[in-house]
Amino acid sequence: MSDKSHDPNQMTGAAMIVRALIDHGVTDIFGYPGGAVLPIYDEIFQQSEVQHILVRHEQGAGHAAEGYARSTGKPGVALVTSGPGATNMVTPLTDALMDSIPLVCISGQVPTHLIGNDAFQECDTVGITRPCTKHNWLVRDVNDLAKVLHEAFYVATTGRPGPVLVDVPKDVQFATGTYHPPRKSDVHRSYAPRVKGDATQIRKAVALLANAKRPVIYSGGGVINSGPEATKLLRELVEVTGFPITSTLMGLGAYPASGKNWLGMLGMHGTYEANMSMHDCDVMLCVGARFDDRITGRVDAFSPGSKKIHIDIDPSSINKNIRVDVPIIGDCGNILGDILQVFKAEAKKPDIKAWWQQIAQWRARNSLYFKKSNDVILPQHAIQSLFEATRGRDTYITTEVGQHQMWAAQFYGFEEPHRWMTSGGLGTMGYGLPAAVGVQVAHPDSLVIDIAGDASVQMTMQEMSTAVQYELPIKIFILNNQYMGMVRQWQQLLHGNRLSHSYSEAMPDFVKLAEAYGGVGFQVHKPGDLDGAIQEMISVKRPVLFDCRVASLENCFPMIPSGKAHNEMLLPEQANDEATAKAFAGGKALV
Amino acid sequence: MNQPASAYFIEERHDPNETHTLAVLVQNEPGVLARVIGLFSGRGYNIESLTVSETEAQKHLSRITIVTTGTPMVIAQIKNQLDRMIPVYQVVDMTQTRRSIERELAMVKVRGQGEHRVEALRLADAFRARVIDATTESFVFEITGNTDKINQYIDLMRPLGLVEVSRTGVAAIGRGPEGM
Ligand SMILES: Cc1ncc(C[n+]2csc(CCOP(=O)(O)OP(=O)(O)O)c2C)c(N)n1
Ligand SMILES: [Mg+2]
Repeated sequence: MSDKSHDPNQMTGAAMIVRALIDHGVTDIFGYPGGAVLPIYDEIFQQSEVQHILVRHEQGAGHAAEGYARSTGKPGVALVTSGPGATNMVTPLTDALMDSIPLVCISGQVPTHLIGNDAFQECDTVGITRPCTKHNWLVRDVNDLAKVLHEAFYVATTGRPGPVLVDVPKDVQFATGTYHPPRKSDVHRSYAPRVKGDATQIRKAVALLANAKRPVIYSGGGVINSGPEATKLLRELVEVTGFPITSTLMGLGAYPASGKNWLGMLGMHGTYEANMSMHDCDVMLCVGARFDDRITGRVDAFSPGSKKIHIDIDPSSINKNIRVDVPIIGDCGNILGDILQVFKAEAKKPDIKAWWQQIAQWRARNSLYFKKSNDVILPQHAIQSLFEATRGRDTYITTEVGQHQMWAAQFYGFEEPHRWMTSGGLGTMGYGLPAAVGVQVAHPDSLVIDIAGDASVQMTMQEMSTAVQYELPIKIFILNNQYMGMVRQWQQLLHGNRLSHSYSEAMPDFVKLAEAYGGVGFQVHKPGDLDGAIQEMISVKRPVLFDCRVASLENCFPMIPSGKAHNEMLLPEQANDEATAKAFAGGKALV
Repeated sequence: MNQPASAYFIEERHDPNETHTLAVLVQNEPGVLARVIGLFSGRGYNIESLTVSETEAQKHLSRITIVTTGTPMVIAQIKNQLDRMIPVYQVVDMTQTRRSIERELAMVKVRGQGEHRVEALRLADAFRARVIDATTESFVFEITGNTDKINQYIDLMRPLGLVEVSRTGVAAIGRGPEGM
């Protein structure tokens, strides 16, 4: 008979949680304590393998974990208490679900016997988070805990990655049970994501690609999620085929912005050449993207003449918005490898000179044109300066949501994957600052910059305190236009310029605010001072709030107006009042 | 097309709707039904009928039968969305197989006297409905059949004093020797 008290796998639920984190290679977690997780915090206190970063709001923990995950390819982990701790996680969980980010959230719950009694700080966490997680679990028995934790990591990181949540009542944390290391049988037998692409479909795809006259590759976040091999293969495919390539907001960096086949981002604020290529192509290869409504524009006019190949690991992405001709379900790294192999063996580079000439004409329209000024900093110019100053450095960029985010996507050239963290699907203002915290934790010696908006940054500003506490020298580069610029732009274009509640009234003094937190503040008004100040910001080894005062009424172009197709873009040089009014006709009257 | 001022591309779709019966094999665990139903409400899919029961106790398997309507693209979405849920083993479109049998059971309470009572019994006989409760002024009939047959029976009972109906919803199974 074995003596249970000497069995090293006998431990409390709280100890199992820390043990499971270690077994899954987790070195950093983001969290906030409270009554329902105190046993776990007690375990964290008594070990040194897992570093805990104390945030200032649970939403910050979630976005920090997202930034950590996206910049490393590893799962991000957050730990929160029951009730308000858990409800504060809803936004990051939803954000991670929309952008397919692997996140493991552990939440405390009131003791099992109190569940359903409206106990103090009780909420139906699994009920609330069911639609915003890939899967979630309430663990009622300590002997199920190890299995559930291991399955949680597996589900978060395999197939289409996503957030998961494990809700652990306090009595389960205290109870003693048997732990086991991860094993295959921990996972539901019903969960088996397909990774290998169908060979017949791959042949069909290659046949289309080999005979294309006007091809375009449209890649997305799935390529980055799949890992470095997928990025390498995507680049090789572009090389081997000579095809032009565009990407979604989420996919930036998979193909280098300096690459000669790069068309720029596509979609609502994408480049003219990217969107026109999408519209006029005869073969479209979509890799790890999902035909989101910001990408397609008007669905019934989307790329009307093309045969479409769609590679996605999630079968539910196929034919959701756009009907495709050759769906291939599986991991895009695998499938790109197979396509390349067949293409190299059986096809040769198609002659698409005429297509490139057409693209050159679209490029010549210079759709990202803006007029620099000597008096006032144009936001586009600020991003360009930031890009020039950080080029060749080991830099990670996060953003908030709004015009600044689109300008960052348009004007900052990403050369590598995992360098660009932005809230794409959910569009969460307040994402960028805590995400930068997470990125900096993962990459302590890198330059981490949040390209921020004056309104967004105030949503999670409290995490400056986290950055100061852990000596994370994040740089918050605020394009301060004193407006919720993106809202103001829509109000101007669609609501008769009635700027209802989109002015940033009572703006805080960001320099003083930085100092109040123990960081460093900068403020720049003049274009001539910008480069110097950016250099100074980079050299400061402390958290920075950089208040970059930019032209307040600048609009983000080019733009596909709502209800319009890719070939009906509004370009900056045409965006005078009259043309704008016409482009948006059918909407409300314009000034 | 007259578009309202919106950040979304509002578009009407004109594909015709179809009705499909889906058999969904799931792990019988807490919350699994909530997941399935939440998927339908969250994504705006229709549920016309829903039937759930554990079918293999040792393996903890339950079978959910859902009757839903939508365009062919939406039906395909529903199947894919169900299939990617962690505790879902298999989704079979019973309508697409064209080889399925569908049945539901209804209990129908009718109250009346004289000629109405006689007529109700006569119709029950024609529909092979059984009397499972009777008083001097009422019957409860039990009837099984496909949805159309039951609807028809209920319509016939209406003028004869229909009081109440309880229906199980649709269960479906494939014809022939093979399992799902
Ligand atoms: C949490 C949240 N609330 C509201 C919105 C709607 N929204 C989108 S952009 C935007 C304005 C952002 O302003 P700012 O951060 O100053 O960025 P700018 O557009 O001026 O660059 C708002 C309110 C959002 N995306 N997220
Ligand atoms: Mg702003």
